[in-house]
Amino acid sequence: MTSKKRTSPGYQLYELFSSMRFAIGLLTILAIASVIGTVLKQNEPYPNYAFEFGPFWFKAFELLGLYDVYHSAWFLTILAFLVTSTTLCIVRNGPGFLHEMRAYREKASDNSLAAMKHSRELDIALDEAGAITLLQQRGMRYRRRERDDGSVVLAAKKGAANKLGYFFAHIALVVICIGGLMDGNLPLKLGELFGKIVPETRDLPQSQIPAQSRLTAANLSFRGNVTVAENKSADVIFLNSGNGYLVQELPFIVTLKKFHVDYYSNGMPKLFASDIVVTDKHSGKETPATVKVNHPLIVDGVAIYQASFGDGGSPLQLRAWNLAAPQQAPVDIKGVSLAAQPLKANGKDYQLEFGELRVFNVENMGKGPDGSKSLGQRMQDAREVKQDNKQLKNVGPSITFKLRDSQGQAREFQQYMSPMQQDGAMYQIAGVRSEVSQPFQYLRIPLDDDMKIDSFMRLRAALNNPAWYQEMAQRTADKALQGKAISPAMKQQFADSVRWVLGRFSAGGFAALEQFLDEKVPADKRQAIAQTYIKILQGAIVDVMAVAQDKAGLKPWPQDEKHYRFLLDSLVTVSSFNDYVAPVYLELTGFDQVQASGLQMTRSPGKNLVYLGSLLLVIGIILMFYIREVRMWLVLRPGRVRVAMSSNRHNHDLDRDFAQIVATPQGGGGEA
Amino acid sequence: MEMTLQQPFYKRLAAGDWLFAALIIAAAGYSFSLYGSAMDYYEQLILAGSSVSLIALGWFWKSWRWFFPLAGAMSLLAIQLYDHDLARAGQSFGLKFLLSSQTAFMWMCTLFYLATVVYWGGLIARSALLARIGSGLTWSAAAFALSGLFTRWYESYLIAPDVGRIPVSNLYEVFILFCLITALMYLYYEAKFATRQLGAFVLLVISAAVGFILWYTFDRQAHQIQPLIPALQSWWMKIHVPANFVGYGAFSLSAMLGVAQLLARRGILADKLPKPEVIDEMMYKAISVGFLFFTIATILGAMWAADAWGGYWSWDPKETWALIVWLNYAAWLHVRLVKGWRGEPLAWWAVIGLLVTTFAFIGVNMFLTGLHSYGSL
Ligand code: HEM
Repeated sequence: MTSKKRTSPGYQLYELFSSMRFAIGLLTILAIASVIGTVLKQNEPYPNYAFEFGPFWFKAFELLGLYDVYHSAWFLTILAFLVTSTTLCIVRNGPGFLHEMRAYREKASDNSLAAMKHSRELDIALDEAGAITLLQQRGMRYRRRERDDGSVVLAAKKGAANKLGYFFAHIALVVICIGGLMDGNLPLKLGELFGKIVPETRDLPQSQIPAQSRLTAANLSFRGNVTVAENKSADVIFLNSGNGYLVQELPFIVTLKKFHVDYYSNGMPKLFASDIVVTDKHSGKETPATVKVNHPLIVDGVAIYQASFGDGGSPLQLRAWNLAAPQQAPVDIKGVSLAAQPLKANGKDYQLEFGELRVFNVENMGKGPDGSKSLGQRMQDAREVKQDNKQLKNVGPSITFKLRDSQGQAREFQQYMSPMQQDGAMYQIAGVRSEVSQPFQYLRIPLDDDMKIDSFMRLRAALNNPAWYQEMAQRTADKALQGKAISPAMKQQFADSVRWVLGRFSAGGFAALEQFLDEKVPADKRQAIAQTYIKILQGAIVDVMAVAQDKAGLKPWPQDEKHYRFLLDSLVTVSSFNDYVAPVYLELTGFDQVQASGLQMTRSPGKNLVYLGSLLLVIGIILMFYIREVRMWLVLRPGRVRVAMSSNRHNHDLDRDFAQIVATPQGGGGEA
Repeated sequence: MEMTLQQPFYKRLAAGDWLFAALIIAAAGYSFSLYGSAMDYYEQLILAGSSVSLIALGWFWKSWRWFFPLAGAMSLLAIQLYDHDLARAGQSFGLKFLLSSQTAFMWMCTLFYLATVVYWGGLIARSALLARIGSGLTWSAAAFALSGLFTRWYESYLIAPDVGRIPVSNLYEVFILFCLITALMYLYYEAKFATRQLGAFVLLVISAAVGFILWYTFDRQAHQIQPLIPALQSWWMKIHVPANFVGYGAFSLSAMLGVAQLLARRGILADKLPKPEVIDEMMYKAISVGFLFFTIATILGAMWAADAWGGYWSWDPKETWALIVWLNYAAWLHVRLVKGWRGEPLAWWAVIGLLVTTFAFIGVNMFLTGLHSYGSL
C-alpha cells in the first residue's frame, strides 16, 4: 500500500472505523443508549406520555423517538455503525490472522528468539528425533528448517483454532445483526417516511380501515395481535405503530373454538390455552390445534401464540330496580357485555355501556406478612416448608357498566353476582364511581333468607312511602308506650317525631339528619339529639319492615338478632344509596360466558440467521478462550538446545509450561 | 531436560475418576429405571445431558467428585426421612434440624457468615489454619445449599404433584443458587491458584446475598413454595436460569477480586494478599468463564422468549440489561486482550461491572416493569 493511499481521508476513515478505540466507544454508547428504553416505558399509548410530561417535553421526546427507542433512526444508526465497524475489523485483521494461523515462523533469528520472554539456552544434548517426539507428545505440529550454520530449527505450534474463534465470534455478530434487521420494522419505517404507509389512529371497524394502513400477506416479517371471541374468526392482526396501528392481512383465517383457563388449588393460574382452527385462504385446508403459553403453533411460517384472554361479548341477564320509583316491581332486561344499548328510565334516555364480564375474580384474602409476629415465630416460619399462604379466593363473576345521560355524562358501576360473606352476614356488593381514575365506592346490600335483595328493596320502598308513615309511627309509639319509654301524654308528640325522622332520613339518609342538626341545633346539644334520632330510627325500622311485609301480604319479619341486624345494615345501605346516583339499580342475575383469546402472531424470517449467529458466537468464544495458542522453537546444536515459547495470551499457564519444559535433572543449567 | 510425557487425556484419569463416572451412571440408570416411563423425550435428553456434564465436571475438577455425591446423599437422606409426607418436616429430627430445605438454607446462611469471619481472621492473622477452616466452612455451606435445593425440588412435589417444579424460578431460589455458584467458583480458583486469602473478599459478596435471603425470608416470607405460572412452565427455564447465574456469580467474584487487587496495589494488606498479578489473572479467568456462560444464557433466553412471548428479542428491560452487562464485559475483554491493559484500570472496571450486574439482577425487578414476571420485590 502506498503512503499516499494511507493518508487519504477514505483510508483514515477505514482505519478509524476498524479500530479498537472506535469499537469500544460504540459498545459503550450502545449500552448507554439501551438504558434509556428501560427507564422510560416503551410503546405506551401517546396520551399517557402527554399526560406525564406536559405538552413541551412530550413533543420533544417524541421527536427524539424516545417512546420507541429501539426502533428509532438514531439507535438503528448506532447498530449499523457497530456492524460496519465489526465487518471492517474482520476485513482488516482477517488476512493477518489467516496468515498467522498458517505460519510456523521457522525463519526466526537467534536474536529474536533470545529476546522472547520465555527463552533459554540449555546445555544438554538433544537429538532431532528426541526433539520431535517432545513436540509430538505435546500435540504440536512443527516445521523443520536447517540453517546455514548447521543448526536445526524446529518451529512448532498448536491451538491455531484460537484465531479461528476470532472469525467465528465476529462474523457471528454481523450475522445476528442482519437477522435482527430482517425481523425489525425497518421496511415499515421507510414506508411511513415516504408516506406509503400511514398508521391509523381512529378506532374504526376493521373493514373500514383504509388501504394505506393495511399490509398484505406478502409482508416478510411482522409481529402483532388480535383478539378473537369464541366461535368467531379473524384474518388480520393489528401492529402497533407509533401513535396508531396498522392492519396486517394473514394468509389464513383463525377461528377460536374454545378458550380454557385452569387454576391451581391456591387460585394461581395454571394454564391458558386456546383451541383454534386455522383455515388456509387458498387451499381451504383446516388445521385444528391447541395453543398454550410456551407452546405456539406454526403455520405458513407464522407463529401463533397465546398472549392474553378476556371477555368476548357475553349475553347477560339483569334485573333493573327503579330507584326513583321504588314501589315499582323490578324488570328483567337483557344485554351483551362489551356492547352498548339504550335504556329508558323515568322518561329519560340513557346509554347503557357494558364493560367486561369477569367470571373469575381472584382476590387475596390473606392478611399479608404479619408485622406483629415475634422473632421466634418468624424463625419458626422460616424453617417451615409449606406452600405460600396467600389466601387467593374467587369471589365470583362481576360486570362493569356505564350509564351515560343525554348530556354525555357517565357514571361507572360494578356489580358482583355472587353473595359475599362479610363479618358473618351475606351481602350483594355494588360499586360506583364518577371518574375512571377514582377507586370504586362499594355498597353492601344485605341479603334475605332467600339470598335475594328483594327484602331490602321492599324495606327501602316502604321507607320512601310517606303514605305509610302514619301507620309506622303509630306502631313505634305504641311499642314505646308499652315499654314505658314514654308517658301517654307524650305519645302523639313522639309519633310526630318518628314521622319526621323517617321523612328526613328517606330524603337524604344520615347526612340529611346531620345537616339539620348542624343548621338548627346549638352545638352543645347536637350529640345528645343525634343519639335520640339514631335510637328512634333503630326502633322504627322494625315497624317499617313490619308494615312493608304486611302490605305485601308476606309473613311477619322474624324478630331475632340476625334479622334485626339485617334491618340495621339496611339503614346504612339505604343511606349510602344517596351517593349511588343512578336511575336504576342493575342486578346481574345470569350470563352465558363467551370468552375471547388474545393471539399474537409473528413471522420472523431472520430468526434462523440469529440462531445460526448465536451458535457461531458461542463456538467462537469457546475457541478464543479455551484453545490456547502456543508456539515453541527448538534450536538444536551439538550439546546445546535453545528453547523459546510464546503465546498470544501472556499468562500463568505459559510460565508453568515453560518452567516444566526447561526443568532439567541437573537443576537448570541454561541461561537466557 | 526432562521429557515430561504429556499423556493422552483418558490415561490421566485415575481410579477415582472412573469410580465417580460409574456412580453417576448408576444413579442416572437407577432414576431412569424408576421414572423413565414417565419421562418425555426432552426429559430423557436432559437426564443424559446432565449425567455427561456432571461426569465432565468431576473429571475437570477433582473436588466435585466428593462434593456432588455428598450433597446428593444429604438430599437422598432427606427424601428418605420425608417418606412421602410433607408433615414430617416438623416431626423428624433429621429434617427439622438438618435437612429439610428451609433448615438446610438456614445452615447455609449461618455457615457462610461463619466462613466470612474466619477467612478475615485468617487473613489478618496470616493464619493458614484459619484460612483452611474458612474453606471448610464454605464447602459445608455449599453442600447445604445444593442439598437444600434438591430437597426443595422434592418437597414441591409433596405439596401437590402439579406444584412440583425445579427450584430456580423465583427471586428467593435464585439467590440461593447465586450463593452456591459463587462459592463453588471461588473454591475452584482457590485450589487452582493455591491461595486462600481471597476468601475474605469473595465471601463478602456472598454474605450480602445471604443478608438479602434472610430479610426476604423473615420479612416477606418469600421462602414459601409457589406453583409455576404458565409463562414459566418451560424446560428452557431449567437451563437458562442456572447458566445466567454462573455468569452473575463469576462477575461478582471478579469484582471482589478487583477490590482485593486494588487494595494490594495500594499497599493495603499487601503483605497478606497474593501478588496483584495473580489476583489479576484470577479476575480475568473468572470474567472469561462468566462471559461465556452469560452469552449462552442470553441466547437460551432468546430461544425461550421466541417460544413464550412470540419474539426472540423484545427489548424487555431485563433483556436489555442483560445486553448492557454483556456489552460491558465484551469491552472489558477487548481492552485486556487486544489493547493489553492490565492492573488497576481493569480492576476498577470489574468493580463497576458489579454495579451494572447487580442492577440487571435485582435492580430491574425492583425499579422497572416488563415481561419478566418472576420475583418483583
Ligand atoms: C459487539 C461487538 C463485539 C463483540 C461482542 C466482540 C467480542 C469479542 C470477544 C468475546 C473476544 C474474545 C476475547 C478473547 O479472545 O478472549 C473478542 C476479541 C477480539 N475482538 Fe471483538 N467483539 C466485538 C467487536 C469487535 C470489533 C468492532 C473489533 C475491531 C476493532 C474487534 C476486534 C477484536 C480483536 C482484534 C479480538 C482479539 C482476537 C484475538 O486476539 O484472538 N471486536 N471480541
